[in-house]
Amino acid sequence: MPKINFVEPDGSVTEVEVPVGWSVMEGAVQNGIEGIAAECGGGCACATCHVFVDDAWLGKLAERSDMEVDMLECTAEESTPNSRLSCQIKVTEEHDGLVVRLPESQT
Amino acid sequence: MSETFIVVGAGQAGLQICDSVRKEGYTGQLLLVGDEELAPYQRPPLSKQFLEGELDVDRLPFRPPNFFEKKDITLMLGEAVGRIDVNKKTILIGTREINFHKLAIATGTRVRKLPIPGGELEGVHYLRTVADANGIKDALQNAKSLVAIGGGFIGLEIAAVARKMGLAVSVIEAQGRLMERAVSPTISEYFSKVHSDAGVNVLLNSAVSSIGKREEGFVITLADGQEIKTDMCVAGIGAVPNVEIAEAAGVECNNGIVVDCFGRTSLEDVFAAGDCTMHENAKLKVRHRLESVQNAVDQAKTVAAIMMGLEKPYEQIPWFWSDQYDKKLQMVGRSKDADEEVLRGQPSEHSFSVFYFKEGNLIGVESVNQAKDHMLGRKMLNNDIHLTTTQAADETLDLKTLTS
Repeated sequence: MPKINFVEPDGSVTEVEVPVGWSVMEGAVQNGIEGIAAECGGGCACATCHVFVDDAWLGKLAERSDMEVDMLECTAEESTPNSRLSCQIKVTEEHDGLVVRLPESQT
Repeated sequence: MSETFIVVGAGQAGLQICDSVRKEGYTGQLLLVGDEELAPYQRPPLSKQFLEGELDVDRLPFRPPNFFEKKDITLMLGEAVGRIDVNKKTILIGTREINFHKLAIATGTRVRKLPIPGGELEGVHYLRTVADANGIKDALQNAKSLVAIGGGFIGLEIAAVARKMGLAVSVIEAQGRLMERAVSPTISEYFSKVHSDAGVNVLLNSAVSSIGKREEGFVITLADGQEIKTDMCVAGIGAVPNVEIAEAAGVECNNGIVVDCFGRTSLEDVFAAGDCTMHENAKLKVRHRLESVQNAVDQAKTVAAIMMGLEKPYEQIPWFWSDQYDKKLQMVGRSKDADEEVLRGQPSEHSFSVFYFKEGNLIGVESVNQAKDHMLGRKMLNNDIHLTTTQAADETLDLKTLTS
């Protein structure tokens, strides 16, 4: 199972295994990563599962949809070119080792 | 002896109350009681991705199983809640009477059943729980036609799923337009066209007078005598707040459990949050009942705070969403009081918003595939950022410049 690394704002890292086909958001929530609020449960409707993808992984993920780009306009912590809504990153085998950083706040 | 908080209702609001009181530092006993057998799970996907088979039941729970142990939350599932004695501060759970110091009620709603002959026939589906959704999902596999009674969110989302699966679909709505209680006529009209273009037979101003069961499927009879044959039938005609246990305990109820902007009921140490409440919004200065994820989450946080002795008024602007086909409808604010509306973008391009104003002030935004407008609308409404009708109509103006 692909392993995803979540980096807390204080720098501590939690590695979790996420089944292929799940979203990065689900992997976080089901493993008790509290920095992902995910209030809408993956509907791309709340922008509370914001993550910053590590530079090394930027080109390796599928493109952001227009909807996701729009939602990222209004995240609690200002978005950057590395920003993603983790509910919109569908995990594949190729994502093994993915590193994402969590914002200070989601709401 | 340590304190005991009991939360009745293990839905989104109930879970959030538990999560938030622990985050606020509560260390006493915490019980979360639900009448379903499943740990708290998400309901929004039940009318969408769950029916399409994109999301199975394992992916519905809000939290992993070990969450409750980790947070020291006693999860009591499949339990019927009986009498609440506010003087003795006890509540009957199953056959046990349990003492509480503070009680939060988050019992949600149940579906409204069709009050017509045949409304409760076996095979006439309603949607509230995973069990209901499984029933609909199974029926969709074998059916060639579906009638959705009620053109609200549930009926339309299921109609969209069924249409995508190739079923012949009719939507029967008693009112003159779709989603009448929730959105403006502009959005209703747009979605009527979307569904019609997708091949759905949309019938407005059409009351259903009876449902009959035949050897193969159902016959829906309308008030004007028209008969529609269908393999399966789903009714989504609204929800009824579960207030009975509160009412029996003497809590004031009026189309929901009445709470103030801090989530307090009329009785001391009894609080309520979520779909079941007729609540006060301190910012909007209205009292209303909402059925939404946003309301469940935000009101639960307010209730958790007051249970911890912190006054955190409920003042979030309501927002909501619905997915139908590839159209995401997002709403924020209370548009129904508007005296002026401004269209931004073109419905014919399937990406637009309607901005609603009252006496020159923005009060709501409804968007289709236009998440940016929705999110900026949320920001403007929550932060009292002024938007003029001219600005809203000016598509060359980046609205973000007004919010930063």
